[in-house]
Amino acid sequence: MTALLIVVVAALLGVTVWQISKIFKLSKPVGEGDSPIANNKDNEKQGQLMLIFMILFYAFMFYCFYEYSRFYLPESASEHGHDYDQLMFITLGVIMTVQLITQALLHYFSYKYRGKQGKRALFYADNDKLEFIWTIIPVVVLAGLIIYGLFSWSEIMNPVKKEEARVIEIYAYQFNWKARYSGEDNTLGKANVRLIEGVNQLGVDENDPYAQDDVITRELHLPVDEPVIFKFRSQDVLHSAYFPFFRAQMNVVPGMVTQFSFTPSKTTKEMRNSDYMVDKVERINDIREEKNEVLEAEGKSTLDSYEFDYYLMCNKICGVSHYNMQMNVVVEPKEDFEEWMKEQQQFKEVIAQNN
Amino acid sequence: MSAVANVGNVELEKAAKEEAEHHKQPFILKYIFSTDHKMIAKQYLITGLVMGFIGIAMSLLIRLQLAWPEQSFWIFEVLLGKFQNDGVMSPNVYLALVTIHGTIMIFFVLTAGLSGTFSNLLIPLQIGARDMASGFMNMLSYWLFFLSSVIMLSSLFVESGPASSGWTVYPPLSALPEAISGSGMGMTLWLVSMAIFIASSLMGSLNYIVTVLNLRTEGMSMTRLPLTVWAFFVTAIIGVVSFPVLLSAALLLIMDRSFGTSFFLSDIYIQGEVLSHQGGSPVLYEHLFWFLGHPEVYIVLLPALGITSEIVATSARKPIFGYRAMVASILAIAFLSTVVWGHHMFVSGMNPFLGSVFTFTTLLIAIPSAVKAFNYITTLWKGNLQMNPAMLFSIGLVSTFISGGLTGIVLGDSTLDINVHDTYFVVAHFHLVMGIVGVYGFIAGVYHWFPKMFGRMMNKNLGYLHFWITAIGAYGVFFPMHFIGMAGLPRRYYTNTAFPYLDDLANVNVLISVFAFLTAAAQLFFIYNFIYSIFYGKKAVQNPWKANTLEWTAPVKHIHGNWPGELPKVYRWSYDYSKRNADDSDYIIPGQDFIPQNVPLRENEEELMH
Repeated sequence: MTALLIVVVAALLGVTVWQISKIFKLSKPVGEGDSPIANNKDNEKQGQLMLIFMILFYAFMFYCFYEYSRFYLPESASEHGHDYDQLMFITLGVIMTVQLITQALLHYFSYKYRGKQGKRALFYADNDKLEFIWTIIPVVVLAGLIIYGLFSWSEIMNPVKKEEARVIEIYAYQFNWKARYSGEDNTLGKANVRLIEGVNQLGVDENDPYAQDDVITRELHLPVDEPVIFKFRSQDVLHSAYFPFFRAQMNVVPGMVTQFSFTPSKTTKEMRNSDYMVDKVERINDIREEKNEVLEAEGKSTLDSYEFDYYLMCNKICGVSHYNMQMNVVVEPKEDFEEWMKEQQQFKEVIAQNN
Repeated sequence: MSAVANVGNVELEKAAKEEAEHHKQPFILKYIFSTDHKMIAKQYLITGLVMGFIGIAMSLLIRLQLAWPEQSFWIFEVLLGKFQNDGVMSPNVYLALVTIHGTIMIFFVLTAGLSGTFSNLLIPLQIGARDMASGFMNMLSYWLFFLSSVIMLSSLFVESGPASSGWTVYPPLSALPEAISGSGMGMTLWLVSMAIFIASSLMGSLNYIVTVLNLRTEGMSMTRLPLTVWAFFVTAIIGVVSFPVLLSAALLLIMDRSFGTSFFLSDIYIQGEVLSHQGGSPVLYEHLFWFLGHPEVYIVLLPALGITSEIVATSARKPIFGYRAMVASILAIAFLSTVVWGHHMFVSGMNPFLGSVFTFTTLLIAIPSAVKAFNYITTLWKGNLQMNPAMLFSIGLVSTFISGGLTGIVLGDSTLDINVHDTYFVVAHFHLVMGIVGVYGFIAGVYHWFPKMFGRMMNKNLGYLHFWITAIGAYGVFFPMHFIGMAGLPRRYYTNTAFPYLDDLANVNVLISVFAFLTAAAQLFFIYNFIYSIFYGKKAVQNPWKANTLEWTAPVKHIHGNWPGELPKVYRWSYDYSKRNADDSDYIIPGQDFIPQNVPLRENEEELMH
């Protein structure tokens, strides 16, 4: 790929040099015959170029879909995500159909009706029927997409069976995340930044009985196939909790609590072993090894080999280290989750230890 | 016929010359504190182009960093000086570049540069007016714009850096210098500059509205206005409705920053200290900002589309298809543009029900946009296309308008927005539909009205070269970007190396950067052509494109008041291209496929409803 790019760059540079040498020729004052207004020859040539451009453009679009569609995220790791992906593919299908038709018409007409001296254009100012047709077609298509979209939207944003869901707080600050589990009572203790003190980094109210069994962690573990309600809280500026693999995102706003819920449906292990991820990780490790050869030659420290893990990333500009504000997300079977949970300290224990 | 016309032209030019000699003005009144709309248009144009040069140069620095992250480049050391560590761009500088690039391109180039140039030039000339309703206010508007440009650029030289919280400057990041160093003095200058910019924009807009409503020449009814003027007129109305809201947001932000109020701030703990702010909400700021921010997109788009309408019709030698539908679309877009702002905030934490409402209104706005695109395509159908550079850019504009507009259907859908929100998918979408469309409209306008502005012609061959490289480059940059967006790559990341998962996207970023450099290099042809042609271009004839609108009935020589003697009278709409007489034996004016608006109805001519 890199070699190909270098060839492309070299070729383009060559074209540039060739064209620059032409410019000086072109920009010189010319004889009376050459007008600054397009003549027959120009119309002919530019019309043909329009056609060539169209072919190139279509080839490029197909190339992108062929080569880059593998970048599309793996099959969703959350329940609602399948619905999301389906809607996305339908929408992309509609979009690309319209794109292919209209761009073809636009460029083909530009070629077909290129000017010629003495040719007559058709005086055609209005046609109510045509305009009605192309008002009503977008109305119908968009209505379909809107209705589908709104059903998905209300399902995602208002999931039923709230009582069963596990409540977890995602806490954001420059430039990291923390997770607070609500414990056995499934209720988060009150918290406010004004209560931040010492080890109590999240400002949890020490006197709130609900807070005692809360568990604060640096990594987010989720039991598979169990619904989770995330409550988001920020300490300083706007952040956005973006879980690309779960098709989930919500801004984290200082001064208020936002929420989003989903049900993880694929464990980290399952995802690692999926065909998609095995291929992807192999590709990435090839790239990293290539880079390591260069780094070694320069005597710099090398990159670790990569193993897939879900992650949560910040997706709202939040300061200098915005690009590196991430938290590991582990989806695991319920037993593993509970075992991990047992190892964590409860809030009251953390406070007691430090008093 | 043409011989007669030439004699007429000679007399007209002579009259213009005499008129000009009567009104000799000192240099400072003619070129600097000018109240003449044509000179003010040129001032806007030059300032806009200079700002555009800076804005695009910044995008190249950004692309350099994105393609080869954290590598050393001598250009960083030269341009960015001691803030760079051995020529490696720092994250602070990256965010500052992203912010100022966005601000400059959106406000200074595509709002003031585009509307300022062409509204000023074309409104009086196309409606048959001597000048703007208030020449003085017009001058004031330009100079405030100039002042705000200077302040914005000066913020680049502040020690703590210019504003760096994105062009949307969301608080609390933009309110707290503790959160990012750019939110110190740099942010203050940003806000001051924008407040002045808004004042300038409002003065300009009010002037355009009043001029269109009151100073149309005899016979120029609203339904005979060229679509350019319709577009500028409606753009000005949107500006007057929405810019004051941005001003209020900016003022509240200034209060929060400097006077201890809490409109947007609440419960903040930063650098070991709790701030006293309580009760405000950053979401309120987002509402206020996007109440301007979204109409702003149409403030950029509509003038570009208006310019395209005029150029496409003139170059196709056909009337624009569905004039009334085009006007109705402009009005519908203008109305809907003020009720869709929430689609920028689907995941901001606002009530999901509001999200549903905004999805509905947002997808509604796709309908008039689709009508416009179809009408352009139909205008080309069975035309006699004159492929001048302006026409090429107009066709390119329609193409990118469709490509970029379509992906709006993904982003406007609240459900789909969840996972592509703030990713490169968004970057690709708005650069195509707003950035490239705006820039193409701007450039097309310059090629088309250059003879009107400078009395000389631009070189067409350089124009062709400029177009084709730009057209290839623009798609080369922004089409692949959709895919890295759908891969879950967030925008405004200084480098993507912190996530090994994204490693295999690095090649795409290199490809995009190569196309970006190529495209930017093509703009040098334009700059060369522009400057060279001002001084050495071929002398322009009065109506080089054989157009119908009134500006081409004015003499090439600029005079105060535009027309020597009487103002032209209007007898028809501006799209009588290739119109045939009643018995279909020839054009209405034999041997001439256009009928300027000041030509009275002929005997054997069928009258249209305009």
